[in-house]
Amino acid sequence: MSDRSKADKGRAILPLELRDVVFQAGGKKLIKDMSFTLSGDRTTIVVGPNGAGKSLLLRLCHGLLAPHAGQVIWHGTTRGGQPGNGSDLAVRRHQAMVFQRPVMMRRSVAANVDYALGLRGLSRAERKARTEEVLSHTGLAGRARMPARVLSGGEQQKLALARAWALRPQVLFLDEPTASLDPAATHALEAIITAIRAQGTRIVMTTHDLGQARRLADEVMFLHRGRLLEMSPAERFFTEPANDLAQMFVRGELLWWRRRKERDPRHDP
Amino acid sequence: MTDFGAAFQAAITLVLDWEGDLAEIVSLSLRISLTAVAVAAVVGLPLGAALALFRFPGRKILVVLLNALMGLPPVVVGLVVYLMLSRAGPLGVLGLLFTPLAMTIAQMILITPIIAALARQVIEDLWDEYAEQLQSFGAGPGRAVTALLWDARFSLLTAVLAGFGRASAEVGAVMIVGGNIDHVTRVMTTSIALEVSKGDLALALGLGIVLVTLSVAVNAAVYLVKDAAQKRQLA
Ligand SMILES: Nc1ncnc2c1ncn2[C@@H]1O[C@H](COP(=O)(O)OP(=O)(O)OP(=O)(O)O)[C@@H](O)[C@H]1O
Ligand SMILES: [Mg+2]
Repeated sequence: MSDRSKADKGRAILPLELRDVVFQAGGKKLIKDMSFTLSGDRTTIVVGPNGAGKSLLLRLCHGLLAPHAGQVIWHGTTRGGQPGNGSDLAVRRHQAMVFQRPVMMRRSVAANVDYALGLRGLSRAERKARTEEVLSHTGLAGRARMPARVLSGGEQQKLALARAWALRPQVLFLDEPTASLDPAATHALEAIITAIRAQGTRIVMTTHDLGQARRLADEVMFLHRGRLLEMSPAERFFTEPANDLAQMFVRGELLWWRRRKERDPRHDP
Repeated sequence: MTDFGAAFQAAITLVLDWEGDLAEIVSLSLRISLTAVAVAAVVGLPLGAALALFRFPGRKILVVLLNALMGLPPVVVGLVVYLMLSRAGPLGVLGLLFTPLAMTIAQMILITPIIAALARQVIEDLWDEYAEQLQSFGAGPGRAVTALLWDARFSLLTAVLAGFGRASAEVGAVMIVGGNIDHVTRVMTTSIALEVSKGDLALALGLGIVLVTLSVAVNAAVYLVKDAAQKRQLA
């Protein structure tokens, strides 16, 4: 807990507000006029079909992509009425992200964690302590000195999570962190995510595993074709989602070959 | 063929005796080439990294230019350095022409583009892989460059080695700016050229053997280091 307060000493970066955010590539709008606010001490799960824009959304929030229109506003980045585009380095240092395809640096498992911590200016002793802590919690302690790139896909995902966790971020973005894990590892990882959350970290996570979403979510965002169609408390989302498509999605009936039909003006103006 | 056989025998004896002229020539060669490689690496590696990471106007032109400069003919480099350093040239007052320093400068100019161009390619590939993650960690450009140089160190070592190979094998440039003066600027390659023209095949061949042995030894050493490290790190 002492470390949480250390991070807080910097500044609180939440709430995060997106205002009419548009992101496009190749002449296509991939994120369309998205607006919402993330605040409080909750876990938000982002769901939606493949290609809905979930990963893009996390990147926009994390400041890795700049919106073409609209604003990504972290608390405290509004200077003189000029909101930032979310890419402020000082703010990003209170966040961490685990990518859908984890990037392993060409170093040992422990050095991967150590490098990230080094960027936060932590002392060698502190880095070592945190590295050992997160590696043991993710079951990677025995692999600490192995090259990170020989880890299995699932182990790499665990390392990516451990590396992000070690940073003790205020906000943690997780892009399908359990996508290539076996059931036991998925379970273990969910426990870790719960533990991270209990330490006060705000979690924003995507998943295709609706069971997992049910287990972890306080709040669910449903994305479809670059639009935020629904954002509601988890219990409501899973029992009576307001949006038709969200309803079909929850029932597993939102099928890709029906996309053409769905493309009526009601859903995709 | 008996000519060759005799020369070869004499060469071996010369190398084994290892004295006087031979030792002097070899050590001067090494001094010049190693200095040139060190300076070229200090200039070329960050230059390559900068070209890999930063987008600025004219970057593409610079990359193409650098790749073209990799094949720079040594005699042309020698000529240009000669013109710069000759008494009438802009740097003539320094009086560097026909000194080992002039030869070092020529070799450095020759191999900096090689090291920079190879480094750019290596680092750009790694950056493609790392960019998002390092940005996510909150690494500024300085820390990113350091991480890339470190993580690519074995591939970069190969780039530096390519530079060393070219520097130590090169004859045209050092001949022009060094003048092949006995006991002053005579290096392995220029002596070989001279001795062959004088007909002293033994010394030429002896030097050739040393040159090739050195090159093989350096490459082997680097290979072993790299291999051992990769077994540990899987670079
Ligand atoms: N740089 C880009 N250029 C063009 N199209 C892109 C680019 N990046 C993403 N897209 C497109 O944007 C859409 C949304 O991508 P995104 O990765 O956010 O999907 P996702 O919701 O994370 O999907 P998944 O569940 O498969 O991970 C996809 O159709 C993708 O092809
Ligand atoms: Mg995705």
